[in-house]
Amino acid sequence: MIFNIPYIAVAALILLGLYALIFKRNLIKMVIGITLIESGVNLFLITLGYRKESIAPIYTSSPGGVMAFPVPQALTLTSIVIGVAVIALMLSLVMHIYRHYGTLDVRKVRRLKE
Amino acid sequence: MTEMSKIVRTITSIAFPFAMIYGLYVIAHGHLTPGGGFQGGAIAASACAMILVAFGSKWTLNKIKEKGLSVFESLGAIGFIALALLGLVFGVAFFNNFLTGSNFLFGTIPATGSGLADINTGGVIPLMNFAVGLKVIVGLFVIVLVMAYASTSFKEDKK
Amino acid sequence: MNVPDYTVALVVAVPLLGAFLTPLVGRINDKLRNIFVIIVLVLNAFLVFLLASDVLTTGIKTYVFGAKDLTYPIVRILFEVDAMSIFMAIISSILVTVAVIYSWSFMKENTGLDKYYTLILLLTAGMLGMVLTGDMFNFFVFLEISSIASCALIAFWTNKGESVEAGFKYIVISAMGALFVLFAVALLYGQYNALNIAILSNVIQYTFLDKIALVLLIVALAMKAGIVPMHMWLPDSYGSAPSSISIILVSATLASLYGVLRVIFTLYGNVLSVIANFDIPVNVIIGWFIVALAIISILIGVIMALIQTDFKRLIAYGAVAELGYMFLGIGTGIVALGTAYGKTALDGGIFHIMNDALDVGLLFLVAGAIYYATKETSLDKLGGLARNMKYTTVFFIIGFLAVAGMPPLNGFASKLLIYESTFQLNPILAIVAILCSILLLAVFVKVFYSVFMGPQLPKFKDVKEVPKSMLFSMGIIACIIVIFGLFPEFIINNLVEPAANALIGYSEYISQVVVGGV
Repeated sequence: MIFNIPYIAVAALILLGLYALIFKRNLIKMVIGITLIESGVNLFLITLGYRKESIAPIYTSSPGGVMAFPVPQALTLTSIVIGVAVIALMLSLVMHIYRHYGTLDVRKVRRLKE
Repeated sequence: MTEMSKIVRTITSIAFPFAMIYGLYVIAHGHLTPGGGFQGGAIAASACAMILVAFGSKWTLNKIKEKGLSVFESLGAIGFIALALLGLVFGVAFFNNFLTGSNFLFGTIPATGSGLADINTGGVIPLMNFAVGLKVIVGLFVIVLVMAYASTSFKEDKK
Repeated sequence: MNVPDYTVALVVAVPLLGAFLTPLVGRINDKLRNIFVIIVLVLNAFLVFLLASDVLTTGIKTYVFGAKDLTYPIVRILFEVDAMSIFMAIISSILVTVAVIYSWSFMKENTGLDKYYTLILLLTAGMLGMVLTGDMFNFFVFLEISSIASCALIAFWTNKGESVEAGFKYIVISAMGALFVLFAVALLYGQYNALNIAILSNVIQYTFLDKIALVLLIVALAMKAGIVPMHMWLPDSYGSAPSSISIILVSATLASLYGVLRVIFTLYGNVLSVIANFDIPVNVIIGWFIVALAIISILIGVIMALIQTDFKRLIAYGAVAELGYMFLGIGTGIVALGTAYGKTALDGGIFHIMNDALDVGLLFLVAGAIYYATKETSLDKLGGLARNMKYTTVFFIIGFLAVAGMPPLNGFASKLLIYESTFQLNPILAIVAILCSILLLAVFVKVFYSVFMGPQLPKFKDVKEVPKSMLFSMGIIACIIVIFGLFPEFIINNLVEPAANALIGYSEYISQVVVGGV
C-alpha cells in the first residue's frame, strides 16, 4: 500500500492540473495547471525508477547497496529543462496579452472570431 | 522593478559571489555529483536575478546590454554542438566521447566502484556541462531581464 | 547512391548549428545573415536528398549516437530512417527552404529578424528530428523543440493582440499534448524497460496499460495534427502567423501526423491483428475511429470555410478539410489492412500528405503576397487585383485548382486514389468526400472572384506586383505542383509506394535493431 502513494499523488496532480486548465479563467492559473500536469508526469517517471530500499545512484563515496535506476531520472531532468522553456514562453505571452487586452480573463481575451 | 533599500543592496553584494561560486561548483562537478550544466546554471542565474531585484532593472540595464548577452548564449549552444561534431571528426560517431582514455583534458578513466571522486575524468561531459552552463546562466538571466524591462515600460506607458 | 552513415546525424546537426550561428552572423550584416540561412537550408535539403536516394535504393538506415554500434541493454539514442521518414523529411526541407526565400522580402520591414531566422532553423531541426528518430523519448524532445519554436514564431508579430492570443492557444494545446505523449512513453517504459521504437514494437503485448498509452498517443498527436474536434487552435494560429510561417506550420503539423502513423503502424504493428473486445480486430476499431474523425474534419472544414471572411482563416479551414482527406485514406488503409484496396487507400493518403503540404502552402504564400501588396486580408475589402498582380493570380489559380482536386494537377492524383478505395469500403464515404471536394472548389472560386476579379478598386490602383524573391518561391512550388500533376505515376512508384511498404512492413523496421531476440 505504502508504495502506491506516489502513484496516487501522480493521479491527483494530473487531475488537479487538468481541472485548473479547463475550469480556471485566469491565464496565470492555466499556466499553473500546465506545471501541475508536468510535475505529475515527472513524479511518475521518477517513481518508475525506484527500487525498494535503494540509494541515490552516485558512485562518489557511496555506502554500497541497491541503487535506484538512473535512466528515468535523466529523462525527468530533460523534461524539467523543457518545462522551464515552455513556462517562460507562456508567461511572456501572458504578459503580452495583458498589455494588449488589459485583462487576464479568458472570456474577454477573444479577439479572434469563431 | 525599482531599487530596494540599502540593507538589501549591501547583503546582495555580499551574497552574490557566494551564490555565483556555488553555481559554478555545481557546473564543474556535474560529472561526479548530482547537478550539471542546467542545475548549476540555474543557481548562478538566480544569483544574477538577485542583483536585478535588489538594484532595480534600470541600474542593471545600464550596466549590461541584452545584445551582448545573447552572443554568449549563442556561444554556449555552438560549443555544445561543436563538441558533438568533434566526436564525429576525432571519434567514431556524433556525440562520441572522444576524450576518455586519451590522457588529455579530463581523459582519465576512473576506477569502477565506490571511491573518492577524481575531477579529471568524464571526457567531453565536463566540457559540455560548461557550454550548457554558460547558455543557461545567460539564457535565464535574459528571460528575467526582459520580463522586468517589459513590466517597467508597461507601467510607464500607463502613466 | 551510397552516403556515409553520419549523414543521418548531419541532417539534424546542420540546422541546429546554423540556428546558433545566425545571431553571430547577423551582427555583421543583415543581408549576409539572410544568405547564410538560405545556404544552410539548401545544404540541408541537399543532404536530405542524398540520404533519400540512399534509403530508397538500399533500405533502412540506422545511426547510433555516441558509439560505433548498439550494445545491450540499449540506452543510446538511435536514429532509424526508412522510406516513410525520408518522405516526410523531403516535404519539410522543401517547404522550409521556400519559406526562407519568401521571407527575404516579406519580413524585410520587421525588427528582430535574427531571432526569427534562429527560430526557423530550430523548428527545422525539430521537425527533421521528429521524423528521423527511432526513440520514443527523443521523439518527445523534438516534438517539444518544434512546438516551442513554432509558438514563438506564431506570436512573432507581438504588436498584434491576435497573434499573441493565437500563440498562447497553441502553446497550451501543444504543451498538454506533449505531456500526454511523455506520460504514454513512461507507461511503455515502465512495462517493457525500453524506449526504442523497434524494441518496444517487438515485445508489445496490448495489455490494459498499452491500450491507455495508445489512446493517449493518438489523441495527443492527432490534436497536434489539427483534426476535428481538436482543431480550434489551427485556424487561429495559421491565420495570425506571418504567411511565411504558416507554410512551415503546415509541415510541422504533418510531422505530428507522421507520429500518428508511426505509432499505429510500427509501434503497435505487432498487435494490430489481435482480436480485442467484442470479437473485433484492433485495426478495425482504430481504423473506423480515424475514418469517423476524418469525415467530420472534411465536413466541418468545408462548412466553416464557406462562411469565413478572412482570407487566411479560410485557407486554414481548407487545410482542416485536406487533413480530413489524408486521415480518410489512412483510416481506410488501417481498416482494410492486408487487402489490395487498403494498400491503394494508404498510398492515396500518403501521397495526399505531400500534395496538401504543397497546395495549401502555395495558397498561404499567395495570401501573404496579397497582404504584402495591400496590407489587407479581409475578403470583403479586396477586389480587382488581377490587373496589377498577374503572376500572383496565376499562382492562386494553380493552388486552388490543386486543392480542390481538379484533373491536371497533383491534388487530383491523390484524391482519385482515396475515392476509389474508400468506395470499396463504404460508398457513402466516397460520395461525401467527392461532394465536399466540389464544395471546396466552390469556396475557392468565390474567393477568386472576390479578390482577383471585378472592377479595379480605387484604393488598390497603385498596387504593384510583389518582389522577385516572393514570386520565385511561389513559382518553385507551382512548378512542383504541375510536375507532380503531370507525372503522378513517377512519384507514386518512387516515393509513395516505398513509404507505404515501409509502414506495412514493420517487421523490417524491427529487424534492423533487434537481431535474433534481445
